[in-house]
Amino acid sequence: MALLEVRDLSVSFARKGEPTVTAVDGISFDVQPGRTVGLVGESGCGKSVTSLAIMGLLPRRGTEVSGSVLFEGTDLLGLSQRDIEQRRGRDLGMVFQDPLSSLNPVVPIGLQVAEVIERHRGVPRRAAMSQARELLDRVGIPDPDRRLKEYSHQLSGGMRQRALIAMALACRPRLLIADEPTTALDVTIQAQILDLLTTLVADTGTALIMITHDLGVVAGMCDEVNVLYAGRVVERAERHELFAAPRHPYTAGLMASVPRLDSSGEQRLSPISGSVADNIPWEQGCAFCPRCSNALQLCGQATPEVEHTGDGRLLRCHNPVGEATPISVEGP
Amino acid sequence: MLPSTQRKQRIDELAETGPGPDAGVSLAASAWRRLRRNPVFLVGASIIGAFVLLALSSPLLAQHDPALRLLEDQVSRAQNEIPPPQPGFPLGGDQYGRPFLSRLLLGSQQTLLVAVMATVIGLGGGLTLGILAGAFGGWVDTLVMRVVDVMLSVPSLLLAVSIGALFAQQTQFTVILAVAIVQVPIFGRLLRGSMLAQRASDHVLAARALGVKERSVVFRHMLPNALGPVVVQSTLSLAVAIIDAAALSFLGLGSGDTSVPEWGQMLGSAQNFFDSHPQLAFWPAGCIILVALGFTLVGESLRDALDPKNRR
Amino acid sequence: MMTVDSVVSDDRTLIDVDGLEVHFPIKRGIVVDRTVGYVYAVDGVSVRVHRGETYGLVGESGCGKSTLGKALLRLEQPTAGSIVFDGTDLAELKGEPLRRMRRRMQMVFQDSLSSLDPRQSVESLLVEGLRAHGLDHGREATATRLQELLSAVGLPASALRKYPHEFSGGQRQRIGIARALAVDPDLVVADEPVSALDVSVQAQVLNLLTDLQDEFGLTYLVIAHDLAVVRHIADRIGVMYLGGLVEETGADSLYAEPLHPYTRALLSAVPVPEPEVEDRREQILLSGDLPSPAEPPTGCRFHTRCPWRQPQRCDSERPELREVAPGHRVACHYAEDIRDGLIGP
Repeated sequence: MALLEVRDLSVSFARKGEPTVTAVDGISFDVQPGRTVGLVGESGCGKSVTSLAIMGLLPRRGTEVSGSVLFEGTDLLGLSQRDIEQRRGRDLGMVFQDPLSSLNPVVPIGLQVAEVIERHRGVPRRAAMSQARELLDRVGIPDPDRRLKEYSHQLSGGMRQRALIAMALACRPRLLIADEPTTALDVTIQAQILDLLTTLVADTGTALIMITHDLGVVAGMCDEVNVLYAGRVVERAERHELFAAPRHPYTAGLMASVPRLDSSGEQRLSPISGSVADNIPWEQGCAFCPRCSNALQLCGQATPEVEHTGDGRLLRCHNPVGEATPISVEGP
Repeated sequence: MLPSTQRKQRIDELAETGPGPDAGVSLAASAWRRLRRNPVFLVGASIIGAFVLLALSSPLLAQHDPALRLLEDQVSRAQNEIPPPQPGFPLGGDQYGRPFLSRLLLGSQQTLLVAVMATVIGLGGGLTLGILAGAFGGWVDTLVMRVVDVMLSVPSLLLAVSIGALFAQQTQFTVILAVAIVQVPIFGRLLRGSMLAQRASDHVLAARALGVKERSVVFRHMLPNALGPVVVQSTLSLAVAIIDAAALSFLGLGSGDTSVPEWGQMLGSAQNFFDSHPQLAFWPAGCIILVALGFTLVGESLRDALDPKNRR
Repeated sequence: MMTVDSVVSDDRTLIDVDGLEVHFPIKRGIVVDRTVGYVYAVDGVSVRVHRGETYGLVGESGCGKSTLGKALLRLEQPTAGSIVFDGTDLAELKGEPLRRMRRRMQMVFQDSLSSLDPRQSVESLLVEGLRAHGLDHGREATATRLQELLSAVGLPASALRKYPHEFSGGQRQRIGIARALAVDPDLVVADEPVSALDVSVQAQVLNLLTDLQDEFGLTYLVIAHDLAVVRHIADRIGVMYLGGLVEETGADSLYAEPLHPYTRALLSAVPVPEPEVEDRREQILLSGDLPSPAEPPTGCRFHTRCPWRQPQRCDSERPELREVAPGHRVACHYAEDIRDGLIGP
């Protein structure tokens, strides 16, 4: 059984006097224990909202969440505020993009980590502090005894992210969600943090959901990749297969847009035309079709349904890139 | 048809259904759009509008000369009697037998005038100081800000009272001046802060990089963008000015000439009759609170509307 | 040719920076500010940009690359050194002559929203530069010029009446580029021009920059933290670390044969969107964080994190930027030994 089963998750925001915005529009995916699943997409594709919905961190007012998020059979969406809070420390951990605003500025780092251990595992303060020290040491914070007493503003960006990872891992969660964990960091620090995450996941068997816009990060870390566009999964595949032969025109377009360090500047980039502002609603057809280089008449008229191609790939496209393979159509 | 031409058509169609090509909406226009739909603003603006209308039409509405002691025969010092409401005088008279309703109506003129004048003068002084400090920086900034700090260190009402007491003869003008001077450091500090924020902003750097003349940079880029918080503050200041002016009158530092009615002054002179005749205090106090509330509501809604986070 | 060129300034050099330093005083005090130290943002950089080339400046946050870019445009006051732009030393220039000089060198900013005055329509944004330099010759000529600019950056004519907040990030960046181009500059300094944009839009803007360079014969100084972006767009690349230039060479050569240990670590840290490459990628993980530019380490600035650090010389003597191959300059005492494998990490 999958550790996490997300089924038809939809999130929409209603603000007074403004039209309702659907940020996530029926996303389904599974996370197996010990695996790393990537959610990739550009700003506004719904990847961060998905993670917040799983964690139960969306504001209750003005937010409409539907579908189900089964964690070992329990629907997290149905839990009370108290129960989900219990789960958040114990079973689910999260690492955010901005470590500075995710840490409490007036509580020393060590105490923040220790409090998590105390609260969720019922360990007395003294023992929790020594565990916190071990954790800081484990996430590669040098001189942990000193750092325990320091405040978040005294740490560098990379150290803060490490402290945040230590907090997220304090109760040995079975699922860790990392939302753009390295976007705010420099590339050499990013390498350190990604290395740390990979090692921790391998050592502890924690499942990881990696949310990022960086295809490079995905290529190196994720077992399975979900490509999101306008709140829906448009393609899902095992990473080697996805990068070797992207089938959705959006996935292919993204890969052709990124300048690569290992290719010379002589080659011109082939960007995707337009911007997300050009999208059409999914109800009218394929949201991506105004920007798509493969668009057919059909694409602006009928919503593409999810299809499973032979190689275990999921695809939502009327006219995929590359050779046509036999397609089995799943019912609507 | 080729897919690519179809796509282009599709994009063209979409472009047409989107907002029209002339949709250019400036910052002020979009703030106004949001403001118009905000109930808080509508309530505040209605209150202010009603009082402004009242002030303008009060000479017509008031049936009697506010200075005339028309009901003097009904006043009795010894028995602490004040003319009750009667035909022609819906609110009766005050402690001198003057027509209370007419005084209340005409009082709106003076009160609003004091508030607006004091705020305008305060704003003018504050803008000058703020521009000096924010545009030049360096020692000019340090000097201006130290003066401002000293003024801010004294509680505002105390400062207004001290300034008011400096004048030998208290008139309406001295009240305005006392209230205005108190506003100067507030506006100055506010504008200086937002000018400095603008000075460090990318678009000011961009203008400088473009080779725009320094004066233009200050007056076309820094100042207009720095004014937002000052505009908000000035509506809030109008409310404060009304209350401060009332307080000065109440403390006996208002205009000595009681023939021209003003709410604060009316409230002040009612203090000896609180127990027996609370209506003398109730009406002017109620009016002051209501106008102040109106300005505050407008100020708050303006603050929300000008907040760039709320754009669109 | 390259050898001669990097020693002697000649006609091909548009901007010649020599020993540039920008130090920011750290001030403290209650009544009167006292200088208690300096942030050595740019600390002795010599660089030459040729006409018509794209010079890429890379480095991590806090390395001083943005400050260097701003100092080149005299938007920061240099503490020492000279910036010779087409024969004129900008470091000496002030007031009106400096303002007039600004026509020839323009800047494109990272944050397209904050760098455009929210109160100005696109028309007013574009006209401002023309007016500042007396280039608005009558209503009709100006209107034609504006249309040219808009079509050059790929925006519709209807954009003129709109305001910055009505555009998407990519379109706003085009407006920023059009504003820079309005005054017909020779040099454009682009500070992180695409880092705030989505991947698909990034490529559009990068292609646009390349096209405009060909069309108008521009010289670019592109500042970015993303090595892939810089490699894609730049002809030559300079790598900065803690206020100093540590390596400089052609874009392909930098990738093929990085000589400075920092460049090696930097290149090895960049993930490539290709699982096969990623699985094989050998990373040189640097220990620790960037030291504070207010208290730079002695000797080689990088020695505190360098895996190839050697005793004595590295922490006492600051390496000069020296030419180890034609057109390839490195600031490392042991560059050749590391290249030849004589010293291991």
